[in-house]
Amino acid sequence: MNFSFRHSLALTAVMCAGLSMAPAADAKTFKWANSGDVSSMDPYARQETFLLTFTQNIYDPLIRRDKDLKLEPALATKWGQTDPTTWFFDLRPGVKFHDGTPFTADDVVFSLNRANGPGSNMGSNFVSVKEIKKVGDQRVEVTTKYPDPLLADKWAAIVMMSKAWAEKNNAVNSADMTKNEENFATRNAMGTGPFMLKERKAGEKTILVNNPNWWDKPLHNITEVIFTPVANPATRIAALKAGDIDMTYEVPPADTETLKKDANVKVLEGPETRVVFLGFDQERPELLESNVKGKNPFKDKKVREAIHRSIDVDAIKRTVMRGQSFPTTLMVAPGINGYMKDLDKRPALLKPEEAKKMLADAGYPNGFETGMDCPNDRYVNDEKICQAVVAMLAKIGVKVNLRAQTRNLYFAKILRKADLKPGETSFYMLGWSPAQTYDVHNVFEALIQTPNGATKKGQFNAGGYSNPALDKLADAMEQETDKAKRDAMIKEATKLYVDDFAYIPLHQQAVVWAARKNIELVQLADNSFPLRFVQVK
Amino acid sequence: MLAFILRRILQSIAVLLAVGVVAFSLFRYVGDPINAMVGQDTTMEERAELRTKLGLNDPAPIQFLNFIGNAMQGKFGLSYRTSEPVGRLILERVPATLELSLCAAIFALFVGVPMGVYTGLYPRHWSSRLFQAVSLIGISLPTFLIGILLILVFAVWLRLLPSFGRGETVQIGWWTTNFLTWSGLKALILPSITLGLFQLTLLMRLVRSEMLEVMRTEYIKFARARGLTNRAIYFGHALKNTLVPVITVTGLQLGALIAFAIVTETVFAWPGVGQLFIQSVQFSDIPVMAAYLLLIGLLFVLINLTVDLLYFVVDPRLRSQGGAARVAGH
Repeated sequence: MNFSFRHSLALTAVMCAGLSMAPAADAKTFKWANSGDVSSMDPYARQETFLLTFTQNIYDPLIRRDKDLKLEPALATKWGQTDPTTWFFDLRPGVKFHDGTPFTADDVVFSLNRANGPGSNMGSNFVSVKEIKKVGDQRVEVTTKYPDPLLADKWAAIVMMSKAWAEKNNAVNSADMTKNEENFATRNAMGTGPFMLKERKAGEKTILVNNPNWWDKPLHNITEVIFTPVANPATRIAALKAGDIDMTYEVPPADTETLKKDANVKVLEGPETRVVFLGFDQERPELLESNVKGKNPFKDKKVREAIHRSIDVDAIKRTVMRGQSFPTTLMVAPGINGYMKDLDKRPALLKPEEAKKMLADAGYPNGFETGMDCPNDRYVNDEKICQAVVAMLAKIGVKVNLRAQTRNLYFAKILRKADLKPGETSFYMLGWSPAQTYDVHNVFEALIQTPNGATKKGQFNAGGYSNPALDKLADAMEQETDKAKRDAMIKEATKLYVDDFAYIPLHQQAVVWAARKNIELVQLADNSFPLRFVQVK
Repeated sequence: MLAFILRRILQSIAVLLAVGVVAFSLFRYVGDPINAMVGQDTTMEERAELRTKLGLNDPAPIQFLNFIGNAMQGKFGLSYRTSEPVGRLILERVPATLELSLCAAIFALFVGVPMGVYTGLYPRHWSSRLFQAVSLIGISLPTFLIGILLILVFAVWLRLLPSFGRGETVQIGWWTTNFLTWSGLKALILPSITLGLFQLTLLMRLVRSEMLEVMRTEYIKFARARGLTNRAIYFGHALKNTLVPVITVTGLQLGALIAFAIVTETVFAWPGVGQLFIQSVQFSDIPVMAAYLLLIGLLFVLINLTVDLLYFVVDPRLRSQGGAARVAGH
């Protein structure tokens, strides 16, 4: 998999086909489904792809992502840095909210503060922010505590709300789950976006209608959108085949083949930006669940290498994933800024005897035993992947005792605790996508840097991998605004963790959507689904 | 009679309290809802803070007392998943489930009982054997499979009925109804059949065996000797005497219909409380799950009470024994 492939995928996703069903002259209704409902209409309620992608149909951000996930102007026509710690955003003139009131700098300041305020789940996008202020009606200036080259990338996820509307309806803050009061904005919406919220019945259906006064030239041709959550995958597929819905967002891997045979349906597949990987406990002096006492085999690079090079990701792709995965050696996917294509080369698989020899050299001639944790309802075929890994490692004498459990129990067990104590695991699976910034630094900061309570780095580095040289590079790239220099740092840091066999990246899972043949849409690599590209033929 | 009702109510409160304990203690092992509530990037500190605010760090007995205290006032807090008040969330979903269960019950009763009478009267007729065979399907196939098969046939192949959802609904006060629109009525058909099929089978088999029993009794022979019409014998004498067990089963099954509508609602994306419950389980949405369990507990208690009272109406022998009658049979 490489850049050009991903590129062409995004383009070919804009597929078209004839077979129109003689629709009425102008009213085009688009009906679609997903396994679950949007959890709220409040765009700051949860930092989660599905909620963000849904609310962005109603609300516009200052800067949005295009079909290739590149930034493009939305409510801000121009943005940039006047000095390393000052950002400016010039607002688009003449934009109106759905209720006809004008969009101004006051709304921007209000929205950004609300997103950073109590009840909001978006706070992590504002860590570097010192002050947000209005400079005239069409300009907002933001000062940061330190140079933050990724501010604009992060804020592509922050949409703009109406200050007057929020104040009038007592929704100045996001609904705080800890207070027993509801919030107008969880069920209602007032944005500037391409669609307006017409009806919201949580868990039942949500209806959007076209915004005829949208500031941008619409690329879609739909007048009405009906979204329904349909939990049962078989029902969702049946509804698509019957034509009761035009598109479904999540297709179970088992149904892909049957759907491909249906002449009225097309299946859209592409790699997701999330990378699924395995991690080791490299922190404790002795593993929690192992027959090796007094030392931790995973601290030894040779052991990690033997295991890394004994896991056949292509076999996993073929058998477990039914072809629907994109193997990778890096912790970030193509499409993420900082993905190093020339480093994405997996070291050759070892024969079992070679791996055994490597383990023997490290002092484990008879292999060893370890526990392994795995979720069973979080990633596609997560438990089955772990089972395959158990079988592969059995061949080199590493006996793995697998414990697979539901995600809520799983994450509570393996993630680092609030005081940054290591997770309760020896060997585990995790998936990660730098969905806020689409930049590799997020991955370094969250997963690879040494866990540190004071700087908040490495919070999701559950196994405690630590390399001071890499820490230094990651800290430097956070504030480096020169692109060439920054890319060099990224390359060096990437080499470090790859050569250390710090993690075992497995693959990106495929995003699989399905739609009726008469629907044109764009499938983005971050699994977001903007309705503004949908055409009903 | 009054003493009987009072005693029943006291028992009901004890039952509900027990359900409360079970519900509450069960949920302490469902997992940490925090992970489902926040995005992957939420810092550990924010997670810990949220946990404290939600009272998840309090000792279990305190959490339980808070829970019962609030529940008595009808306060179940905000859903972890949607940030909406649980009471309203459930109330919004109740009409969909009740209408579905009602239709399924009517379907089961009005098809099942006549089929039972018929097969009881003519046990050797070929159509009776056919009914018996068909009912075997109803009892042996799992609900979700029946639902999917019906969708496949009537929605995907024949395109007659919608594959999922409630169709258009009409709002009357806080109640939303399916009964007033054409698409709403059409949407009711498949889920009602799916949900009611097992009950139909059960009722048919029950009525059949009761009828076979009753038709052999002396008073039926006597009624025949008196020259009564078949109609009067079958329905006035025979069927009426099969009713006590039928009412018990129907009553309990109505509770079961509502409680186990979960599967049917999931298959048909029917926006009822069952579906809400499933979504909540996946999310460890403890407030909703607790409220749902208590609601179902309350429902069963009420239905049982009603069934007990109905015996008095149907069976005159109980009336003559006075209010202290202990009713067995369930």
